[in-house]
Amino acid sequence: MQIFSCPFCGPRPEYEFHFGGDLGNHRPEGFDAVPDQKWADYLYFRNNPKGMAREVWMHLTCGEMFSMTRDTVTMEAAPGEALAEGQP
Amino acid sequence: MTARRLPLGGEIERARPLRFTFDGKVIEGFVGDTLASALLASGRQVLGRSFKYRRPRGLFGAGVEEPNICADVTEGAAFRPNQRVTTEPARDGLVLRSASTAPDAERDRTGFIDLFARFIPSGFYYKTFMFPDWHLFEPRIRAMAGLGRVDPAKTGPVGDQVNHFCDALVIGAGPVGLAAARMLAGAGKSVVLADDGSRPGGSLLYREAEIDGMPGADWLAETLAQLAGLGVTILPRTTAFGLYDHGLVALNQRHEDGRADTLWRVRPERIVLAAGAIERPLPFSMNDLPGIMSAQAGLSYLRRQAVLPGANIVVAANNSTGAGVARAMAEAGARVTLVDRRPDTAPLSGIACHAGRSIDRALGRKAVQGVVLDDGTEITCDCLLVSGGFTPTIHLYAQAKGRLAWDETRLAFLPGDPVPGLTVIGGAAGQFTLGEAFATLPAALGLEGAPTAAPSSYAITPAWPEPGRKGRIWIDYQHDVTAKDVELAARENFTSVEHLKRYTTLGMATDQGKTSNLNGLALMGALTGREIPEVGTTTYRPPFTPVPYTSLAGLRGGERMNPLRRLALEGRHRALGAAMGEYGGWLRPVHYGEDDAAILAEAKMARATVGLFDASPLGKIEVIGPDAADFLDFIYYNTVSTLKPGGCRYGFILAESGVVYDDGVLVRLDEHRFVVSCSSSHVAGVHAMLEEWRQDRFPARRIFIHNATAGTATITVTGPEARAAIRAAGIAADLDDAAFPHMTTRPGRHGDTPLRLTRVSFTGDRSYELSIRQDLAPGLWDALDGAARALGGGPIGIEAVMILRAEKGYIVIGKDSDGMTRPMDLGLAGPLRSKKAEFIGKRSLLQEEAQRPDRNQLVGLQPADGGGLLPVGAHGLDLSGAAPRSIGYVTSSYPGAGHDGPVALALIERGASRHGEVIELHHLGSRRRARITAPCAFDPKGDRLNG
Ligand SMILES: [Zn+2]
Repeated sequence: MQIFSCPFCGPRPEYEFHFGGDLGNHRPEGFDAVPDQKWADYLYFRNNPKGMAREVWMHLTCGEMFSMTRDTVTMEAAPGEALAEGQP
Repeated sequence: MTARRLPLGGEIERARPLRFTFDGKVIEGFVGDTLASALLASGRQVLGRSFKYRRPRGLFGAGVEEPNICADVTEGAAFRPNQRVTTEPARDGLVLRSASTAPDAERDRTGFIDLFARFIPSGFYYKTFMFPDWHLFEPRIRAMAGLGRVDPAKTGPVGDQVNHFCDALVIGAGPVGLAAARMLAGAGKSVVLADDGSRPGGSLLYREAEIDGMPGADWLAETLAQLAGLGVTILPRTTAFGLYDHGLVALNQRHEDGRADTLWRVRPERIVLAAGAIERPLPFSMNDLPGIMSAQAGLSYLRRQAVLPGANIVVAANNSTGAGVARAMAEAGARVTLVDRRPDTAPLSGIACHAGRSIDRALGRKAVQGVVLDDGTEITCDCLLVSGGFTPTIHLYAQAKGRLAWDETRLAFLPGDPVPGLTVIGGAAGQFTLGEAFATLPAALGLEGAPTAAPSSYAITPAWPEPGRKGRIWIDYQHDVTAKDVELAARENFTSVEHLKRYTTLGMATDQGKTSNLNGLALMGALTGREIPEVGTTTYRPPFTPVPYTSLAGLRGGERMNPLRRLALEGRHRALGAAMGEYGGWLRPVHYGEDDAAILAEAKMARATVGLFDASPLGKIEVIGPDAADFLDFIYYNTVSTLKPGGCRYGFILAESGVVYDDGVLVRLDEHRFVVSCSSSHVAGVHAMLEEWRQDRFPARRIFIHNATAGTATITVTGPEARAAIRAAGIAADLDDAAFPHMTTRPGRHGDTPLRLTRVSFTGDRSYELSIRQDLAPGLWDALDGAARALGGGPIGIEAVMILRAEKGYIVIGKDSDGMTRPMDLGLAGPLRSKKAEFIGKRSLLQEEAQRPDRNQLVGLQPADGGGLLPVGAHGLDLSGAAPRSIGYVTSSYPGAGHDGPVALALIERGASRHGEVIELHHLGSRRRARITAPCAFDPKGDRLNG
């Protein structure tokens, strides 16, 4: 069992967290302007990196989303960081 | 005569005798015995049958490495299948049945299979039972396969689970682990010391030693006293079976009194692995006969439980530990012969010694009766103790992705590169003498205070299985893999160590090849001209030993795993004789009458007069704030911001893929306050979705989301007499249709209690949803129930509601929709055309896939063949092509309550434009015919909403 660190609550067991997707997978705006491929990339294509991954997670017990950097090979997880507006 | 209990000695408590049964025979022992030692002392040699050839087997080991003997253990109501007898303490009254035998170990009736052994090599089953069909043979083969039996009538007890943090976890309480624990605790560290044996001490419990100038036993007693003083937590009978992410070590603790195992989840700052080493067998023909045992196991039985394993013992070794075992057996009164493969072995007084010799074959049928040496010498014996060297127990290091390095002088894989946070010491690091192990402790731990031991030396000469040898040489006892099987694997080119394992099943039994893996890969190396390190090892994976599911599950089972949600009105429902059932995690009234017949009666009653329905699980997620309308416009498929305060609107929430995720009514209580009424099974999902979009897209906006579902009870009053019932119940509200029309919400009171009335309808009849603080719901229910009964109505269960909604064509998301259904497929295309604002899933609705004309669309179905209910799941057929093709399926089917006759809903290809068409349905081999209709079969104009 992994231990993740919520920026608001500190280190907690992984089952309190919910995966929220790749960090920076921005929603393409303008339904009449977004090409099919770009929309499909947003919907279905994931980075799935071997190594460092930057992701969004939600800490279910406090309800806050935050960003976390994680190594998918060593499973090391850096402490989560609060998301601020304007941040990628 | 074979093994016997000596009159003196050992750690057993002779004043405390005990008895248990094994295959129906009484076995006597003492407290301090393991099941194995008591069985050995009883003189019984055949204690099990081998997995494949059903050969008689006896004990080989004395601990977790035991490959041969497992038993199903019953103790009162508790049943534990397939227990390793070497690790289980003997207790009075246990009932043992030897695993994988029929009828018992001694008289196994499948023993004849061994006669055919040469016809059933590795892969035999796969190769032979292909024709005509494996499934013809499977039941009988399966009946013989497997280990132990599971008694479905008996369940294991629930185990405790402990989470623990410490500075250091020392695994293995042998002399080196004890020394390390003392050094760490002495330096102020919090230390847990775990050992899989019944008591700490490891080899000190049966091997001679001199530490710090004291006999081993005295040093052990002194050290244990010191550890107690230093506050070290000692966990006996505890196996560290796995190393998991972020330094989590999982340990399973068995208990002497037989209560359920305890799972320890320990997160140490530092892991010290002092797990020792496991003795390997020697490869010679018939090396699996009962009476052939690991030399260290024999020594352990002698010293710990005072069981001399034979009267006439041959000790065969390829290393310097054989002599000590031979001497101990001779001192205990056995006639002993030492066969040492090393030519330079020093002679021992009183012990016949064959230096430079090895065993060619063992003699005997059901037990060993003698050996023949490689020079032809024949020696009679009733016990053969073997030592083929030692394999360090480095599983946790290997699980941590540590790389093993082959050591040619010790003939063992040892830890190579260091793994951060993990230190391997003692026998696990290949330091097979105490002097050497203690000397390396200060450097390994970075601490002073290591004990000293008299110097000694360890020497070994190779004794690997050799290719092409005659006879049957067992490599893996538990899975009956012989040298011939490994040779076959090599011939058929399964030469990689992972292929060797899977082709022959070497190392795949419950003992995970603790005694066999190295001999197997050494033979494969010899067969393919590779050195042992070139062959390499298979991947080490947890668990190191089998762990009972009850231990892993702990309390997380049944309702504790998935708690049922209970209604505030459950007591009222039960008092009314409701049958309760689980729907979307909630325990809800199915119907109120005696049996299923009540369902249709309740539905008809609601159509005729008034029905009362507990709708409390319906989602009530409040979205509050000046920016709430903007936010919900993005969330909903429909436009929300145009809704007037006090109004309601039915709508969809989509996923970004455009698929309908949830439907429900959105209520606008006032300018800045909405209630999202999502499906009862989607509350948690919708809440998380709202919160996610709020934080992602509206982070600095004034929006607050509050899930009020659990705190609010909702009672639906539906039917032509609904308004009359509410009035009669004494509820204060303006119920005039002009002031309170359909799809609006109004405040009201029941006595002093405020409540909310909402006119929405899931039945097609005039309906009111009354929402109230959940703890005040019983009073409201009683008033409404009395009023409804006076009007000829009463409570209805969820199944009656399912009928009422189905004949109106009202869908249940996930039942009448699937993972492909877009809102247009459900007949709601308007918002896509008219709504200008962005919303979740909009872009996906413009994709070609979503716009395809041949999509499955919601329709109603009526039987067109004079038959009754159409089966749910039946597929519509397109019969125009060469082969029938599915064009969708039936999603809901009920007898009508208001409608005369059966009603059904279905998702049918191009369904919206096919009303009136008759199609063929296929279900489990039978055919039906049905006419496509509009989804709504009852009151299509909706007159009854205000009726
Ligand atoms: Zn948190």
